[in-house]
Amino acid sequence: MTTLTSATPPKKKSKRPKAEPTVLFDAPGPKARRRNAILTVLGVVVVAGILYAIYHRLDQADQFQGRLWKPFVEGSTWTKYILPGLGGTLKAAVVAAVLALLFGVVFGLGRMSDHAWLRVPSAIVVEFFRAIPLLLLIFFIFSGPATIATGLNREPPHISAFTAVVAGLMLYNGSVLAEIFRSGIQSLPRGQSEAAYAIGLRKNAVMRLILVPQATTAMLPAIISQLVVLLKDSALGYIIAYEELLNEGFKQIPANYGNLLPAAIVISVIYILLNLTLSRIATVLERRSRRSRKSSAPTMAAGAPTQIESGMGNAAF
Amino acid sequence: MNWDVLFDFSPFAKESDKVLEAFWATIRLSATTGVLSLILGTLLVAMRVSPTPVLRAIGTFYVNTFRNTPLTLILVFCSLGLSDTLKINISDETSVNSFWLAVFGFSAYTAAFVCESLRAGINTVPLGQAEAARAIGLPFTQSLRLVILPQAFRASIAPLGSVLIAMIKNSTVVLVAGYIEAAAQMRQMFEDYGATLPIFLGFAAGFMVLTLPAGLLVSHLSKRLAVIR
Repeated sequence: MTTLTSATPPKKKSKRPKAEPTVLFDAPGPKARRRNAILTVLGVVVVAGILYAIYHRLDQADQFQGRLWKPFVEGSTWTKYILPGLGGTLKAAVVAAVLALLFGVVFGLGRMSDHAWLRVPSAIVVEFFRAIPLLLLIFFIFSGPATIATGLNREPPHISAFTAVVAGLMLYNGSVLAEIFRSGIQSLPRGQSEAAYAIGLRKNAVMRLILVPQATTAMLPAIISQLVVLLKDSALGYIIAYEELLNEGFKQIPANYGNLLPAAIVISVIYILLNLTLSRIATVLERRSRRSRKSSAPTMAAGAPTQIESGMGNAAF
Repeated sequence: MNWDVLFDFSPFAKESDKVLEAFWATIRLSATTGVLSLILGTLLVAMRVSPTPVLRAIGTFYVNTFRNTPLTLILVFCSLGLSDTLKINISDETSVNSFWLAVFGFSAYTAAFVCESLRAGINTVPLGQAEAARAIGLPFTQSLRLVILPQAFRASIAPLGSVLIAMIKNSTVVLVAGYIEAAAQMRQMFEDYGATLPIFLGFAAGFMVLTLPAGLLVSHLSKRLAVIR
């Protein structure tokens, strides 16, 4: 899609020119070039000023001592803290992603059912879990079942931090995914299902053979950017002491080496790289499915907040 | 059998002033963050579409950094890193200090999403509008101010609304920065009364009261102000 801020000329497959062409402004003339140069210098000066201020602050607080950074070049720090933490994050994110996709399919289809007894409860579940903060959900799943079981004279179940994080992520992101699925299928032209019914397919076959395959292509970028959200939200496990990347890298390492700021920088770089990789996949998929003619649905954007309907918190983060 | 764990809403009656205070804190936090992040986000989007490559790069770097870092990390950093390690403090009073530190971190994070929503809005403006604006000789600032942005802002209302709602829900994470708001109050009541269903439902309803009207207002506005093409 050609847009205002990235209007790549059509049919031009050669390497992208250095300055991304945009229709917002003309090729700069002498005056504009001078202004650009001034703005560039100004921008550089301001950024350099900010960087220097940060540097100065860090220096004053003695954050550039080698011993604070040394742990991160030692293998033991990585094998003892960061890699297990990363493993914990990925484990929670992958399990939650699979469960959330299942949850989303079940409730997304449930919401489109012809039977009110299925449609209404699905809608209530989806809207409820989308509307409440994930953190409250995780808190309740973590400690609620034990209290309630005790109150009802049952054996209190053991809910680990891992279970609480995964269940919370599944319910919240599953509900968002359910809405993505629903809007993906509804964004298909009516003619698709009408044609399918006309050639004698049943409801089940129309959904399975015609609508879902086309909608999946269109939804994939939106689904992946929701999975980025899920990965990032797994950091909430920090609050209930689940051993994930943030906990290991930002609580354990500073506790042992007293290097909070270096740890913050290293850990956030790891998160950024992880998420950027996933987002990159979403963008590639988006571009590919925009090119392909296999689906008649408009491709949902990956980057921008999923704009399903401007109702209750269809949050993109 | 003690059915209180499923049906007893009395803790809310006992602690009503504390609960209301906590939600008031959430509202104040969200409102302040909303204003600050809207200002910063607009500034960022102006940088991201500007003709100056350096400004564009700075804007992109900022958005990529903050969008991909977990909010929990940013907020913990604000409370521990800024205040304890770097000794950046805004006020001597603890609650005021933690409020502003949380607001800064939270706004820095939310601004990245505001910027992306606005940019999505700019992208909905048809190419012909920008071309026409240039054709009649408007320079960049004027075509942005008179033609593109008025349409873009109206198209951005829906995604900005999603950001607003998500921001209200995200405000719960601020409890890691040591500021007492609704989520911290719920955790406290979980400790005092046990983690019962009514307490959870009560706080969930409280957040719905905040997000539902915001959502309805936004969808009403976005329909009313939509640019008819």
